This record gives sequence, structure tokens and C-alpha cells, in this order.
Amino acid sequence: MRDALIILRKDLRIEWRTRESLSTIVVLGVLLVVTLSMAHDPTPEEAPGLAPGILWAAFVFTGVLGAQRSFHVEREQDCLASLLGTAIDPGAIYAGKALGMVALLGAMQVVVVPLVSIMLRVPIAPVLPELLVVLALGDLGFASLATVFAAMTARVRAREMLLPILLLPFLTPVLIAGVKTTEAVLAGGLLGAGDALGVLIAFDVIFVVAGGLLFPFVVRD
Amino acid sequence: MSTGTSGSDAVIDSHGLTREFGGRPVLRSIDLSVAAGEIVALLGPNGAGKTTLLRVLALLLRPSGGTLRLLGLDPDRERAQILRRVGYVGHESGCYGDLTGAENLAVHAELRHVPDPTRRIAELVAWSGLHDAAWRPVRTYSRGMQQRLALARALMHDPDVLLLDEPFTGLDRAGAESLVHLLEALGRAGHAVVMSLHDVTPVSAIVTRTGILHRGRLTWVEQEPAGDPIVVAAAYTRIVVET
Repeated sequence: MRDALIILRKDLRIEWRTRESLSTIVVLGVLLVVTLSMAHDPTPEEAPGLAPGILWAAFVFTGVLGAQRSFHVEREQDCLASLLGTAIDPGAIYAGKALGMVALLGAMQVVVVPLVSIMLRVPIAPVLPELLVVLALGDLGFASLATVFAAMTARVRAREMLLPILLLPFLTPVLIAGVKTTEAVLAGGLLGAGDALGVLIAFDVIFVVAGGLLFPFVVRD
Repeated sequence: MSTGTSGSDAVIDSHGLTREFGGRPVLRSIDLSVAAGEIVALLGPNGAGKTTLLRVLALLLRPSGGTLRLLGLDPDRERAQILRRVGYVGHESGCYGDLTGAENLAVHAELRHVPDPTRRIAELVAWSGLHDAAWRPVRTYSRGMQQRLALARALMHDPDVLLLDEPFTGLDRAGAESLVHLLEALGRAGHAVVMSLHDVTPVSAIVTRTGILHRGRLTWVEQEPAGDPIVVAAAYTRIVVET
């Protein structure tokens, strides 16, 4: 865990200094929310029903962009090789990178979630703690899977196209469960989420375990 | 054909080492034994397999065949123990452009569990002549400065085996001389150095052996002195140009 925190701290320092990923994904998130909200032009009655779908669509597309950036810094100057040469457990690189992605998604959500609340007139303050739990679970599932695929595609030429094509089909269960759980939270509470919350947690566990097991094979020759 | 030292004394010991990429052989039956204190130069044209060989020895690539032992240890089972005693500098610096030189060294000091990292980083910054640039982002460094930082990074944990892929690239005369002195000192202190080069001249006085890699095969320069540029040029012509 110590080595994972070193990787996380290093990534956050780079991001803080450049703000390349954060600024890009926040702008994309805002654009997606505004565009999708205006395209639907919902009535006040329809608007709350659209919010979960719009939120998660924004999370997924911005997340893909963030995942690509995350391994871009390791590809430049062959930094990943120099990390692996330190005898670090690849699992620590995986954990550090995934936590960095969770932090990035969380920072983007600080802007995007209130924006959806304002644009679609969905009150989030009363359900904020439960919504944060759902977002954290969704971010963890996304980051644990996206980290593996981003590492896998980092060395190929068509990585920008390949990453979403590989990632999105596997991400579908988390996406569906995330939308349904968010729907339940906005409608009154997490208890109404039923099976969707269980599915979200189950896929988080599967993706974290599978990601941790697969990552060493992906980054090593 | 000599492969160098006897297997039991060797810090690097390979027999019949091969590596293929997509079925295309890049290394063909490499026999290589390097003892502690040796400074070995590997020459060869572009595409000869020098980088691949160094990356296999740095455990960044798995061999496709043959046997390899490093520091008497098995890379498959004792990878971490080996890597703690090996330093590698590739074609690229392996340093983050948006971190400063000192921050890059600090990341590696932490990951390598270096005792008293502040002192060690100060030593390496002084050795690399980067005092004035240590707190500047690496992105602003010249090629030579990045190379010196990469060397400092690889020396962080005082490795027993140092693998250098064209280490003189981008270095000015002073930097090259400083590196030669360092390599000489490392050799005297019992560290093994294996480096790929295009020209043996900068290290001709300190190399203990020169190998020429051509089309994935390694041939040693048998005639003494092995680092003499004239001797090496003659061997190079015979092995590379005339075949």
C-alpha cells in the first residue's frame, strides 16, 4: 500500500502542476451535461428521470478521457519501465493509478453533479450522502477496469480508439447498475435501489480483483 | 568462443539466450557471462539487438529461450531481489517531465527504500551537475541534462549491476568525462557495467571486454586490448561490414 500511495502522490502532483486531465474532463463533462439536457428539453416532470442517465453518460465519457491521460505520462520517456525496474509490485502501480483515477473522477463530479441538479431541477442536497456512496462505488468500478484497459492499450498505436471500444462493453453492468441506483437515490433513498446496488458492489469486487490479477501481465512483457 | 568469466563467478550468466518478436528472432543464442568489476561494451549497428539484450537483462523483457541468471538468482522466482540490485538506463530518461529533477529522484528513492534519501539525492544531484536545475521541471532540461538525471536515477540504490543503453547520447564533453570516471570507479568498486555503444572511443581506456552484436548474435573481440578503438574497428569491419 505504501508504494501505491507513492504512485498516487506522484500522479496527483503531476496533475496539480499541469491540470491537463482535470481541465479537459471537467470541460467535457460540462459540455455533455449541457448538450444532453438541452437536446432532451424535458418538462419539469420528465427532468428528474433523465438526470441519472445524463450523469452516468458524462462520467463514462469523461472517465475514458482521464484513463487515456493517466497512462500517457507513463508512456512518455518510458517511465513505466523505470518504475517496473524498481522492483515495485505491479499491483501497487495498479492501485495507485486506480486511486488517482477515482480522485480525478471525484473532482470532475464536484462540478458536474451540481450542474445536473441545476439544469434539470433535481434537488440533490437531501440525498447527498447516499448519492456520494453510489458515485464512489461507480468510480471505483470504472477506475479498476479502466486502469487495466488503459495500461493494455497504452503501447498500441490506435489507443485512443481502442480504449473505449474495449472498455465500454465490460463497463455496461456498472453503468446500468449505477444509473438504476442513482435513480433510486434521487427518488427517495438507497434502500429503493434493491438488486442494482448489489450488482454495483459485486462488479466493483470483480473488477478490483480481476484488475489486480491481470495488471502485472499487462504491464510486464 | 569466449563468453567471459566462468559461470559461478558471474553476476550475469546467460546461455543460449534468445528473444523473438512475433516469430522474428532478435537475439540468437546469446552466451554472456559478466563478473563483478567488469565493464563490458556492446557494439553493433542499429537493429542488431543491443537494446533488446539490455532490456532482457533488466528483466523488462522475458527471453523466448535459453537460461539467464543474474547475481546468482533466478529471474522467474527472485525477480524483486534481482531488481533491487540492478540499475538500468534506456534510450529514454524514464523521468517525468512535469516533475522536477529532485522530485523524480525522490520518487525512485522512496520506491527503492533508500536509507537517508535526502542525503543520497543531494549526492546524486551534485554528481550529475544539476544543482541549478534540480528544482526545475525535467521538461525544461536539455537532452544531456535528462541523460545525467537518468543516470542519477539508475545509481540511486548503488546497484551491483548497471545496464546502460547508449549512455553517452546527448552528453557534452564534460558530462562524458564525468560518466567515464564514474564507470571506472564503479568497476573498481566491484560493480558490473554492461553498456551498448555505437563508438567505443569514450570508454576505450576502461572497458574490460567488447562484444559486437550483429543480427542478434554476439561475438567477442578476442584481440587485446579489447577496448582499443583500432582493434574494435577491425573486428567490427570483419563481423558487421564483411558479412
